[in-house]
Formats: sequence, C-alpha cells, structure tokens
Amino acid sequence: MNFRDNKLATFLIAGALLLIAPLIAQQFGNAWVRIIDIALLYVLLALGLNIVVGYAGLLDLGYVAFYAVGAYMLGLLASPHLSQTFPGFAATFPNGLHAPLWLVIPLGALLAAAFGVALGAPTLKLRGDYLAIVTLGFGEIIRVFLTNLDAPVNITNGPKGLSQIDSFKVLGYDFGKTHNLFGLEIPSVTGYYYLFLALVIVSVVICYRLEQSRIGRAWMAIREDEVAAKAMGINTRNMKLLAFGMGATFGGVSGVLFASFQGFVSPESFSLNESVMIVAMVVLGGIGHIPGVIIGALLLAALPEVLRYVASPLQQMTDGRLDSAILRQLLIALAMIAIMLSRPRGLWPVPEHGRMRPGSPDQDPEPKGTLS
Amino acid sequence: MDTFIQQIINGLVLGSVYALVALGYTMVYGIINLINFAHGEVLMVGALTSWTVATSLLGIGWPGWLVMVISLLAAIIVCSVLNFSIEKIAYRPLRTAPRLAPLITAMGMSLLLQTLAMIIWKPNPKPYPILISAEPYEIGGAVINTIQILILVTTAVTLAGLMYLVNRTKLGRAMRATAENPKVAGLMGVRPDMVISATFVIGAALAALAGVMYAANYGSVQHSMGFLPGLKAFTAAVFGGIGNLAGAMVGGVLLGLIEAMGAGYIGDLTGGILGSHYQDIFAFIVLILVLTLRPQGLLGERVADRA
Repeated sequence: MNFRDNKLATFLIAGALLLIAPLIAQQFGNAWVRIIDIALLYVLLALGLNIVVGYAGLLDLGYVAFYAVGAYMLGLLASPHLSQTFPGFAATFPNGLHAPLWLVIPLGALLAAAFGVALGAPTLKLRGDYLAIVTLGFGEIIRVFLTNLDAPVNITNGPKGLSQIDSFKVLGYDFGKTHNLFGLEIPSVTGYYYLFLALVIVSVVICYRLEQSRIGRAWMAIREDEVAAKAMGINTRNMKLLAFGMGATFGGVSGVLFASFQGFVSPESFSLNESVMIVAMVVLGGIGHIPGVIIGALLLAALPEVLRYVASPLQQMTDGRLDSAILRQLLIALAMIAIMLSRPRGLWPVPEHGRMRPGSPDQDPEPKGTLS
Repeated sequence: MDTFIQQIINGLVLGSVYALVALGYTMVYGIINLINFAHGEVLMVGALTSWTVATSLLGIGWPGWLVMVISLLAAIIVCSVLNFSIEKIAYRPLRTAPRLAPLITAMGMSLLLQTLAMIIWKPNPKPYPILISAEPYEIGGAVINTIQILILVTTAVTLAGLMYLVNRTKLGRAMRATAENPKVAGLMGVRPDMVISATFVIGAALAALAGVMYAANYGSVQHSMGFLPGLKAFTAAVFGGIGNLAGAMVGGVLLGLIEAMGAGYIGDLTGGILGSHYQDIFAFIVLILVLTLRPQGLLGERVADRA
C-alpha cells in the first residue's frame, strides 16, 4: 500500500468516526454529546483566533467580544425580548421577530467583522503586548456595556441576559427537537453536533486555503517582520484589518451558534477568562498550526468537563473546598503552566521546514528594555 | 462643589493604590519585557494574608495599630517569597522561548493563584477589620479619613524611596544596566538573574502594601479582588510610559482621578443615560486613546520598534 492510499484510508476512518461519535456518546447520556458540542464551538473559536494570532501575529485578548456580538445579535433577533420591551416593536411584529438561520449567520458574521475592523483600525501601530492589553480593554468595554445596557432603555436586559432564543431551523428541520431518522433517535444535541461539525469542517478548509494563499503568506510575512513585509510591497494596514475582520467573523458565527444552542445568553459567558482560555487553546496546541489548534481546543474544552466526574469524591474528601468548578480551574491553570514550560512552542507546533532554530544567534535580538 | 473635592480625594487615594501596583509592572516590564499578568493576584494574596493575620491577632486582643503593622509585614514577606518563586518557576525557564510562552504561563499563574486563594480562603467576600479608628476630617465639605491620609503619605514616601533605590544605589544601577542589555551587564559583573529576582521581590512588596491599603480602604477582601486593580495598574504603567517609575506614579494618579471624576459626573454629562456602573471602562478608553495618540506614554521615551 503506498502512502496515498494510506492517507485516504485514514481520512475515511476519521470521517466515519466523527459521524458516529455522537451516536456512541449519546448511549452514555446527552450530557456527553453536549460536552462534545461545546468543544466543537471552541474549535471554531480557536480556529478564528488562530487567523489573528497565529497567522498575522496580532495578539488579541478581546476575542470573546466578537463571540458576544454574534450571540447577542441572535439573542435580539430571535427572542421575545424586543417585542416584550418595546410596544412599538411589538406592534410591527406581533409574533416577535424570529429571524431565520440563513439571515442571522451572515448578519452575525458581518456585524462581528465590522467590530473587528473597528477594533483593528485604531490599533494598527501597536504590536505584541501593547496590542494584547488594548484588545483586552476592548473586550472589557463590550462586557460592561452588555451588563449595563438595561437602563434607561432596556436593550440587552443587563445581567439577567436574554432567554427563550429560537433554535435553528433548516429546511424544516428543527435543531431544538428530537427527531427520528430511519429508526435512529437524533436528540437536539446530536443534531447540533452535525451542524457544528459541518461548520468546523468548512472552517478548517477555509483556514487551510487561507494559509496557502497570497493573503496567508502576507500575514505570515507581517508576523515575522513587519518592516520587511512593508518594504516588499505588502499593504500591512489592509492585511492587518483583514486579519482582524476574518478572525472576528469566526467569532461572530460561533456566537450565533452558541446562542441558538443554549437558548440563552448573558454577559457572564463572555468574561475575560473566556478570552484567555481561547488564547491558551491556540498557544497550547501550537500557534499557527491548524491540527495543533484543534487539539488544543478539544483538550482544554473537554478535559475539564470529563474531570467533573472525578471531582465529587475529591469534594467530599476536602470538606467541599475542591468542588468541580474549582478543580477545573486548577487543572486548566496547571496545564497552561506545565505545557508551556515543557513545550514552549505548543503541543503540536508547526513543523520546521528549514527554518531557523529557536535560539540560534541570528534570531531574536536581546529584548532591549528601559528603566528610568 | 463638595462632590468635586470629594471625587478629587477619592481619585487620589485610588490613584495611589494603582501607582504602587503600576510600579511593580513597570519595573518587570522595563527589565524583561514581560507583562506579569499575575501581579494583580499578588496584591490579592497580600490583602488576604493580612486579613488572616489581622483577624487572628485582633481575636487575642492586640491593639489596632500594632496589628496593622504586623499584618502588613506578614503580607510583604508572603508576597515577596511568592513572587520570587513565580519568577523562578514560571518565567525564568522561558526567557529565550517564543514571546507568547511566558505570557501564557503568566496568565496561568494568575488563574492558579485565584484558584488556590479560593481553596484556602473560600470564595465568599470577607469584611476587612477596622484597625485604625476611621475618624473623618472635613475639607471644604468633603471628608477624608485616617486610612486615606495614610495611603497618600505612604505612597509618596514609597515612591521617593524607590526612586532613590533605582537612581542612586548599586542595585538600582544594576537594574538599569540589566534593562539596557543583560549580556553586557553580565560582563560588567552584574548578575542579571539576581537583579531580576530582586525586581520581582520589590514589586511584590509594593503590591502587598497596595493590597493591604486597598482592603483597609474598601473594607472587603476576596479571591477575585486583584484582577481589575491589576489590569488598571498596568494601564497606568502604559499611560505613564512603561519602564518609567515616575511615569507609573503619574499614570496611576491620573487614572485614579479620571475614574473618580468619570464615575462622579458621567450621569450628569450624559443626562442619566450612562451611570456610575460604567466606571470600569474609563481606564480602557484612556488606554486606547493614549496608545493610539502617544504610544510611548506620557513620560516614556520613544522605542523604535517594540515588538
């Protein structure tokens, strides 16, 4: 068997496994399928952030803001909140506005992209840590607004969040209900699994094509040396804005999916911790490397959930101090530190094709600080 | 008019706390170009340590001022040891690694410290005991209490001491040399590793001091109390010009004033549409404005290409 056949076989087996995974998991309870669903959402988010951080080298710590933009957009367009709050709105749409999927996903993508460009524009001159801290500030600003825009005009319903968000319906298939296909029971979570999986596959293809394209090359040139990239005729401003916009698009779409899946959004889901977690997924997995990023996202999203099941005996042993939420945080923190210390380039880094080795004398001149 | 003076006082007190924390950020960033994300958590550990010491000493009937001094010393010692170890474990092995790696360990450390604090001290907020009688004084219709005066004085004295340390002493010269070029500094007989450790210890002591004063002023301690002040202190450091001690001080105080003024007047300015809940966004708006208009900060020097 030559290498080509081998690769095809691997693909077929992996594909089959991905297709039946939720059917197996649902035998152990829908909670497990839910965990996989959430993990897939994180994969989407991490792939999007990887465009910004991994390809273009722009460290974005406010990424969760775009996720929030998508989620709240669906929340407003597909929940009774607007009609309940504004009599004028209720008069126009007596049954509430139930925006359909094919309208909301592009809208969410567009809106998030606009936010991404709006964030990118003033920060074009900044790099590295400075950019990180500005984007972090941007994420916090969005969160503060989401929490407080319930008075005097109630737009986001404040800390209470928006509930009763419609589930997706595609060609008459309602993802919020249990279906029976060919004698096989497909609960809502499993339906969503296939939807998310399809989007993850589309995203992987997009990311892979981007990486190989002129745009991707330009991003990487900017990442490696911005001045040189500019000198070679790359329009660094437009390329950076494009990276922010593209990354944000992924965030927005993930947000729409998340809101529809949960049926509920509140500012709590979009805290800074969430941003940090997504950055950690990208960096832990292997920055700029699609398989690495996917592994990182799956690991950090699913592992702690699985660990919930070991947590209860621990909780009893420690007098309630180590409950599942705390244990989860503890493990994530330890994983972030331990993996970085043992593999600073991530678990599955980009293979080095004749690149300079890290630490070679020509690379990375000593950081020059100032203290006065 | 009394609101105005009151907000000035509140802003100065808050700004002093930010300034103390900002000094720790700015020194570390100045020397090894790392945003020490766990620095705010050091403040939190300091505050919670002093809370434990203070409540147990008060329980056996010690006088308030003595308890204050002892609990402050305890906080400084614990934080110094903690920050020294953090640097040794999580940052030192990654000095030559890709730039994002130490940033991730720093974020991990921040999360780890919060989690450990939750396990040790339980997640609920705890009232911080009143150690000094909070006799309020009146200035033009506004009030200021003993703790607040103490905060202002301590911060001023501390900054003066630190400026002396960095600009006049041997250790200070070694710190500046290491910031400029660790290799050459090494050739000149400076031990960069030791200098960096010393920087982390000094930063931790300042953060502990800030934590205790923050807790004493606001009267409450909790595992999550360090994050936002830490973030704002970093903003203050960038605002003033990172790597610049006087800049950190100016940035901290200005940020405190902007926040207090903003919180006090935003309701009137916007006709009640935005309220004082928006206090937290001022720091970030200032940060974005400063970085886009004057990226080197108020007192910083232009660094040609800070990647």
